[in-house]
Amino acid sequence: MLEIRDLDAAYGDIRVLTGVTLSVGPGEIVALLGPNGAGKSTLLNSIAGLLRPRAGAIRFEGEDLNGVHAHLIVERGVALVPEGRRLFGGMTVEENLELGAFANRARATKAAGLERVFALFPDLRERRRQLVRALSGGQQQMVAVGRALMTNPRLLMLDEPSLGIAPRLVRSIMESLIEINRDGVAVFLVEQNVQAALGLAHRGYVLESGRVALQGSAAELLGDPHVRRAYLGPLAVRR
Amino acid sequence: MSVLAQQLVLGLLIGGLYGLAAAGLSLVFGVLKVLDVAHGELIMLGGYMAFFVVTLVGLDPFVALLLVIPLSLLLGLALYWGLFGFVVRADEETRVKNSLLIGFGLALALHALAVRLWTADERSIVTSWGGAVISVGDLSIPVVRLVSLTVAFALIGGLHLLLARWRWGKAIRATAEDWQAALLTGIDVRRAYLLAFAIGTALAGAAGTLVTVGYSVSPSIGLEWTLKALIVVVLAGLGSMIGTFVGGLLLGVAEAASAAAFGGPYREVVGLVIFVVVLVVRPRGLFGR
Repeated sequence: MLEIRDLDAAYGDIRVLTGVTLSVGPGEIVALLGPNGAGKSTLLNSIAGLLRPRAGAIRFEGEDLNGVHAHLIVERGVALVPEGRRLFGGMTVEENLELGAFANRARATKAAGLERVFALFPDLRERRRQLVRALSGGQQQMVAVGRALMTNPRLLMLDEPSLGIAPRLVRSIMESLIEINRDGVAVFLVEQNVQAALGLAHRGYVLESGRVALQGSAAELLGDPHVRRAYLGPLAVRR
Repeated sequence: MSVLAQQLVLGLLIGGLYGLAAAGLSLVFGVLKVLDVAHGELIMLGGYMAFFVVTLVGLDPFVALLLVIPLSLLLGLALYWGLFGFVVRADEETRVKNSLLIGFGLALALHALAVRLWTADERSIVTSWGGAVISVGDLSIPVVRLVSLTVAFALIGGLHLLLARWRWGKAIRATAEDWQAALLTGIDVRRAYLLAFAIGTALAGAAGTLVTVGYSVSPSIGLEWTLKALIVVVLAGLGSMIGTFVGGLLLGVAEAASAAAFGGPYREVVGLVIFVVVLVVRPRGLFGR
């Protein structure tokens, strides 16, 4: 479904990604792990069209995404929940969600999409008329996931959805991803919370200094000594 | 006492035009992050459009708005495609710098063009009912200016509804808040820029019409209106069109009050004082986000 080959990306003179090759299959949940600054967000932003890669190929369902405008990538069925949520703070929950259905592919399914989001996150139904900036971080993250879901995506990408959120809400967001995936949406999840990410992913990649350092099934990565030492720490077993 | 009250009423009446003039500038600045210092010249052009529509076609000036607004909208589209559309491709810092250069260039060019075409003379629109005055106690209120204020308020209200309800109005607001997030919801941000600029220019055209009816137009009024609009934008802050209108009224009244208190020449000073004080004390403005 999503195939990335030999991708190079840079900000100015600073090279961020080097020869990244990875894929997400239909119906899969794939985790992308790695330390700060490894290039995870850069990779997602490149796929979403916010950043032009230097070289390499990004293909989605057989079609080239490289050089396609970001708003048209949404039309193809690729949605990104960006790092830090990036909601429209001066608008209500409902307005944010409805803007998610701006793309042509989503306009007809707006009402159904809204119901789907409220079914996933019942909290939001009660708060639909509240300004987004008045919500807690976790609730805002739900709106962000909901807004992306409103675009009616085939592939949902999330950039650190657990960042700065209470553990209870992290669990509820991770569970919502399983639910979304069950409806046939592929999920590509960037996370620092390795335990949570590998808890629901089928496969994973570890990105280090802009290169794919490791890949494998979730179980393989959880058992990998390097992953355990670098990302889970000595207390991992007890968590 | 009644002299002061009369001054304040006149200040309120012109304040509505300040608000309308500022609304276009605020929309363009808030959405495109481009400071269009030629906004006053667009107001001036709108004034001449109205002047010629009224004198050549013989329409009532307020009916002429129905022609001037769409013409200005088209002018806005042309200016975006020809000039400002290139500026918005730069990152935000470069954008403001480049837009200042382009804006000043455009302002000078439009000013020179207007002098060439229409001479430097002041003109204003005279209507059959232009001299009418309503008397309330000691106060006398010029009817034309009262109608202008009402029209300005109606236009701002319409704009507010457009931004609140229309699909692309919401897209424009989303783009103003966070253009990258707007892209991620499938909004063609360039089109939102185009629409915001065209609407901003249409508002300038409407403001120009009202200025020419109630006051007068000449090629050199541009800078003065850009400054007034800028002061109101700083005073009111970005994000609320109603807030911008209220900011305009406040500036009009403050000018009138200071003219009454310290004498006519101080009318122009109070705006600059407000400008500096707001930037120091409350940089996001009275109603800004």
